[in-house]
Amino acid sequence: MGIKWNEFFVTGDPLIFASQIGIALTLVGALAGLTYFKKWNYLWSEWFTTVDHKKIGIMYILLGVVMFLRGGIDGLMMKGQTAVPENDFLNAQHYNEVFTTHGVIMILFVAMPLLIGLMNFVIPLQIGARDVAFPQLNALSFWLTVSGAALFNISFIIGGSPDAGWTSYFPLAGKEFSPGIGNNFYAVALQIAGAGTLMTGINFVVTVLKMRTKGMTLMKMPMFTWTSFITSIIIVASFPIFTVALALMTFDRTFGTHFFTISGGGMDMLWANLFWLWGHPEVYIVVLPAFGMLSDIISTFARKTLYGYKSMVISIVMISVLSMLVWVHHFFTMGNSAGVNSFFSITTMAIAIPTGVKVFNWLFTMRKGRIKFTTAMLWALAFVPNFVIGGVTGVMLAMAAADYQYHNTLFLVAHFHYVLIPGVVFPIFAGLYFWWPKMFGYMLNEKIGKWHFWLFVVGFNVTFMPMFFLGLDGAVRRAYTYSAETGFGPLMMISAVGSVILAAGFAALVYNIYWSARHADRNIGNDPWDARTLEWATATPVQHYNFASLPEVTKLDAFWHMKKNNELQPLTEDEVEEVHLPSNTWIPIYMGVVFGISGFLLVFEWTIAAGVAALGILAGLAFRSFDYDEGFHVHKDEVFETESKWRKGANKGVKNHVS
Amino acid sequence: MSAKVNAALPLEYQTEQNRMNILGFWVFLGAEIVLFATLFGVYGVLGERYAGGPTQKDIFIVKDVMIQTFLLLTSSFTMGISIFEMRRSNIKGMLMWLVFTLLLGGGFLFMEVREFIHYVHEGATMQTSAFLSSFFVLLGTHGLHVTIGIGWAILLIIQILQRGLTPVTARKAFIFGLYWHFLDVVWIFIFTFVYLQGLVM
Repeated sequence: MGIKWNEFFVTGDPLIFASQIGIALTLVGALAGLTYFKKWNYLWSEWFTTVDHKKIGIMYILLGVVMFLRGGIDGLMMKGQTAVPENDFLNAQHYNEVFTTHGVIMILFVAMPLLIGLMNFVIPLQIGARDVAFPQLNALSFWLTVSGAALFNISFIIGGSPDAGWTSYFPLAGKEFSPGIGNNFYAVALQIAGAGTLMTGINFVVTVLKMRTKGMTLMKMPMFTWTSFITSIIIVASFPIFTVALALMTFDRTFGTHFFTISGGGMDMLWANLFWLWGHPEVYIVVLPAFGMLSDIISTFARKTLYGYKSMVISIVMISVLSMLVWVHHFFTMGNSAGVNSFFSITTMAIAIPTGVKVFNWLFTMRKGRIKFTTAMLWALAFVPNFVIGGVTGVMLAMAAADYQYHNTLFLVAHFHYVLIPGVVFPIFAGLYFWWPKMFGYMLNEKIGKWHFWLFVVGFNVTFMPMFFLGLDGAVRRAYTYSAETGFGPLMMISAVGSVILAAGFAALVYNIYWSARHADRNIGNDPWDARTLEWATATPVQHYNFASLPEVTKLDAFWHMKKNNELQPLTEDEVEEVHLPSNTWIPIYMGVVFGISGFLLVFEWTIAAGVAALGILAGLAFRSFDYDEGFHVHKDEVFETESKWRKGANKGVKNHVS
Repeated sequence: MSAKVNAALPLEYQTEQNRMNILGFWVFLGAEIVLFATLFGVYGVLGERYAGGPTQKDIFIVKDVMIQTFLLLTSSFTMGISIFEMRRSNIKGMLMWLVFTLLLGGGFLFMEVREFIHYVHEGATMQTSAFLSSFFVLLGTHGLHVTIGIGWAILLIIQILQRGLTPVTARKAFIFGLYWHFLDVVWIFIFTFVYLQGLVM
């Protein structure tokens, strides 16, 4: 067991060697910089130990953006390799590793942190609460996600990357065919991050059920809150399945059991079933909050109440139920009976119905609205047609008989990129542009934003549209190269060029963040978009206690109606109450660290050492049990002073941002 | 977050944060049900794949399993009495029944470990066959939960001794009670679908 010491660091590949040096230099640079500018204390007390949902949300978003860079570089490497036939930029093994990490990182460490980050920041504000139900648990969720992400990412310089695809199907992912430790990184890192996600799910179910402000009944919640709530329920219902699947994978690989092996009575298809029992709901876990953000953004910039609110709610509930009943469509060709395939074909097609309802609702919301073409709205507009292409090709793939033709081709790859990029990434960008002023007190530049938008959307279509046709011509996915006779060359080249445009779009976002942080106007008022929901009733950036006095809600689009009815009177002294908030704590980050160490040792199959390190986890739990910190109170006078300050200056000399 | 106390309710439900914690724990138990359901599903799929190794009938010892079941079911009963005593603000009675619960839980664990050792001596290890892999992991997950529960309850007892019954300690004890009863329910399923079904298969 274990690994030879001379294999500890991955060696022999110039690309990886360069990144090892790069990472070492960045690390040293960051540590030196922090020490030189004396920022350690600030980082520790303001960020690392925080339990404030807003700061945790921002850290999640930062993690997502950084991981987007990593996953994006993986994608570019694949496109570079397949741009021309018989290319030898990456060898087969390296290509396998790159498409595996690309998939895992983009889903679990980009889409999830960005969405959970936005949920964290926005949901408590939208429901008029001062934090989530369990602020410490929230911090723990975040640090476990970081821990999992870090563990997964070091695999390519230490020990070797997983290489069995993001689905890690057995028997390929088993010890017999993947003898290295690469796939252990997959099993352990995702286990740790998954535990964090499960806790987030529990936290938000309780937050939405218990912490809504006075008058906000379930049917008066903003749509983003609704979708986040349903998403949280799906998380609670599906992540434990993945927990078990990954644990069994670890047992098979590390302790020699026979769950998914060919020998000893194991069953490889059991893995495929368990994986997709989680994996398909996971698709809706990432897409539903995105739908919710779009609903709020479209209704804000169309300046109308969301069309068909009730049917929206019914649709998301239906989607969440159906999401649990479609998993077999991921392996129609793997020997199910015709009856089983037909059943899952029908359930899969049925998902198009509630999704279609939602698309029409968005269109009808915009109908006769006075649409403001802000960057956030542009993303929402681009979402509709692009996502429909993804959806329609999804219905094509849902036909089990026809799936025999498309399965395992680039047609499928194009399909799910057309679902996940317009359906998740576009809304995330929309959400970032939309809520950025609330997070940081300045807006992202609209002009650079439009560069970002056009480059990204055009690049996206140029990259993935050719892949539909390549797939129909028979180009298989996950193949590291192809011969010139196949005729795939020209379309592959177009696709590769598209990916460069796509990357330029992302670079524009990064530049926009940098530019806006330095030059953007800080005097933007608390409601720059003339928005409709409660988060815009707070100061910009939001005070640490969110609301001076908890608002009372009578209608959907509460803030909009408050503005129309002139209910936003200046705060009087007796309305302000003392605010109780939880204290910072070191336990979550400590837990992240010990989980990371223990996980790392387990990856290398040093089980005894991993067990010893796991005692640190138990110690953390025990500390938490004896921690009776009651939090602290913000005094009335302090609240009143802060409130008067921003309310007096609010919206004075503010330029109109939505014309 | 608010410290408003509603004294008309039982101690553990008096503050809003307590009510949220209890609801949160119910949601967590929902996730636990999915976790165990998946393990049962795996056992259901692999339970008759022996790969030439022993079957359920070859290894199960009815008497020992009956003792385990008796110990764990009784511990659920004593847990209930402990919470009943807590509601009557009788700390002494509460702790006494809680200690009984843990002793019974410890007895269950002792029997389970003995059972596992016995199987391993007979050559039935988790590497032997898919049936035994799924058997050991399902039972082991339950046993691990019981072990963690015992450790948790000991921390709880110390806190109650230090602080007496407050809304916070009462809530912690109540939540532990939920957890303990849940483990009992899982055991009933294990007893039925693993042991009893194994013996009639």
